[in-house]
Amino acid sequence: MAQQQNSEIRYLAPIAVDIKKKKYCRFKKSGIKYIDYKDANFLLKFVNEQGKILPRRVTGTSVKYQKKVSQAIKRARHLALLPYVTDLLK
Amino acid sequence: MQKQYETVFIMTPVLSDEQMKEAVSKFQDYLKKNGAEIIYENPWGLRKLAYPIQKKSTGFYHLIEFKADPQLIAKLELEFKRDERVIRFLTVALDKHAIAYNEKKRTQKDKAEEKKEEKPEEKSEAKEKPEVKEKSN
Repeated sequence: MAQQQNSEIRYLAPIAVDIKKKKYCRFKKSGIKYIDYKDANFLLKFVNEQGKILPRRVTGTSVKYQKKVSQAIKRARHLALLPYVTDLLK
Repeated sequence: MQKQYETVFIMTPVLSDEQMKEAVSKFQDYLKKNGAEIIYENPWGLRKLAYPIQKKSTGFYHLIEFKADPQLIAKLELEFKRDERVIRFLTVALDKHAIAYNEKKRTQKDKAEEKKEEKPEEKSEAKEKPEVKEKSN
């Protein structure tokens, strides 16, 4: 027992160390000023498969643009371009 | 002071082509009569709805972009409400970014159509918006 504890721990495969990718706001980065509510395919990136709006902590969007994204999604929902509730959207 | 607006409305799929055109022209005339200037129009045609509205699963979409006095909007929306052919509508005031975006989109579309005429096989290029889509992955 004691010997085992002293010896170095060895793994068969190298452990996957998560390198945290820095999140960024895609709108700031690519200079998009206006988010179109008519472009449902684009807005699909900001909802989960139930049609719920994804939080900022997941998408990395800045506050300024998250507001616009959510506004656009809500408009798209009103016009039946996006569903209010659903399953298996993606 | 006139502001720029954009309105999208959905009509019932029950209408015939002529009835639909008649309904669209009714709103166009209404806008023009009340001193609005129509800038752009786009009939999206029959589309599937994401969820049923009034037990209908499809609808005719129509988009009008126009300049008008803010007082006119309430009247226009009242017209939409009174017309039972219209099942849904949305009017949005456009800010300067939105106007720029719409204009850019229009010119892109024109170019795409020109390209299509030249080389019909290069259709995929027309639907581009690559800046955003690539980075999403």
